[in-house]
Amino acid sequence: MSDWRPGTDRAALEARASLLGRVRAFFAERGVLEVDTPILGATGVTDPAIECVRTRDGQVLQSSPEYFMKRLLAAGCGPIYQIARAFRAEEAGRLHNPEFLLLEWYRPGFDDVALMDEIDALLGPLLPGFPATRLPFRDVLAERLGVDPLLAPHGELAAALTKHFRQAGREADVAALTGGEPTALLDLAYAEAIDDWPGALFIHDFPPQQAALARLREDSRGETVAARFELVVDGIELANGYHELGDPAEQRQRFEADRARRRAAGRLCPDIDEHLLAALTAGFPDCSGVALGLDRVLLLRIGASDLDAVMPFSRDRL
Amino acid sequence: MATFSTNEFRAGLKVMLDGDPCNILENEFVKPGKGQAFNRVRLRNLKTGRVWERTFKSGESLDGADVMELDMEYLYSDGEFYHFMKTDGSFEQVAAGVDAVGDAKQWLKEQETYMVTLWNESPLLVQPPNFIELEVVETDPGLKGDTAQGGTKPATLSTGAVVKVPLFVNRGDVLRVDTRTSEYQSRAKG
Repeated sequence: MSDWRPGTDRAALEARASLLGRVRAFFAERGVLEVDTPILGATGVTDPAIECVRTRDGQVLQSSPEYFMKRLLAAGCGPIYQIARAFRAEEAGRLHNPEFLLLEWYRPGFDDVALMDEIDALLGPLLPGFPATRLPFRDVLAERLGVDPLLAPHGELAAALTKHFRQAGREADVAALTGGEPTALLDLAYAEAIDDWPGALFIHDFPPQQAALARLREDSRGETVAARFELVVDGIELANGYHELGDPAEQRQRFEADRARRRAAGRLCPDIDEHLLAALTAGFPDCSGVALGLDRVLLLRIGASDLDAVMPFSRDRL
Repeated sequence: MATFSTNEFRAGLKVMLDGDPCNILENEFVKPGKGQAFNRVRLRNLKTGRVWERTFKSGESLDGADVMELDMEYLYSDGEFYHFMKTDGSFEQVAAGVDAVGDAKQWLKEQETYMVTLWNESPLLVQPPNFIELEVVETDPGLKGDTAQGGTKPATLSTGAVVKVPLFVNRGDVLRVDTRTSEYQSRAKG
């Protein structure tokens, strides 16, 4: 049990304030409009890997401002950004806090490559190692596990992962951990592949099972991939971005698939955000968007190892 | 016994894993991208002392282990068991076998206090204090005047432990020794 004191010292508070100032100046100069949308919404995400915090009357603290911001985009607001409080239940650790600060922005007319360029421009003056290296997901896994996840059968990837754990002298029952689910296997393989990857790295072109809200396309080798990227710095995930899926029918299918996975696992099955689907139907601009964890940027900036040093009151101090 | 979920795993929590009591050393929550969450957990097997890492699915749970760590005073050995007494004034005694005493055997000194780990109330592990003062019972004669130069020689201590000591140390000296590294620290102030 901690005492009444904050986890941050004065220098960390100054770094925090200065980061917010620099973000606002960066977007002001580029003509991107700051918005603020509700953090308490009527629905949450269906994503099987995200558990929302719910109020007793069924409202949902937003796990990201994405859906509200997409409704603004459909209404024709142009490029927007938001510095938002986000909430994810059950996520707690050195690099996770159930409440955290997200910088999320959307760029009509940008594809994922143009958005990665803009992230390089934003973070270059703040962190070492930028512009970040860019590698396709399949190359990252091939490098670390010796398997091409887009082509290898499930069993081959599972065997490579088992070997990886054994060689590191670590115990992990890959079948039990993933329940034989291809998506869970990709998740575990990805977590292992990026762990301790030195420097700043964009991983792009995810397997279609991990598309989330990104559109699908073909990669340079003719395989179907998701136009999704992540930014990882020294093994720490900082950002997740998409060339956004604008097709409401496909989006509904993905939400239903999420719900089916949740139902099969006997878990809470949240309602679909119909306002979001209606907004996509009304006409959604071709755009890319990204969410960036500001607390983790700060952690890297001041060289801390635990978010507690950069958040005034992390979960253990409430 | 209570069960504990991965999100309750903290350093120092005692849990049962594969039938053995374990002490959790570290718990790292890992959530790749938008994927399923895992916990990389480092544990010490309290029976074997072995440290290892196991990856769990977040939300998995383990049974708690009825493990207590107590300061106890070493009394004597009857040849088979090593007898320790609680220091809480109850005079309650436990007998630890050779397995539980393990490497601590060479540091056992009467009336010294040891950390005894009890599992279901029987001794599982005996740990000596980090530093202990012991008398030299055997070593080559000391070299007069050589108090600063390098060079070492073996010395046998009253508990049977053998440590490297500076050349000036004599039989009968009381030494302060680091039990974790078996390294000589200094001559104890008399």
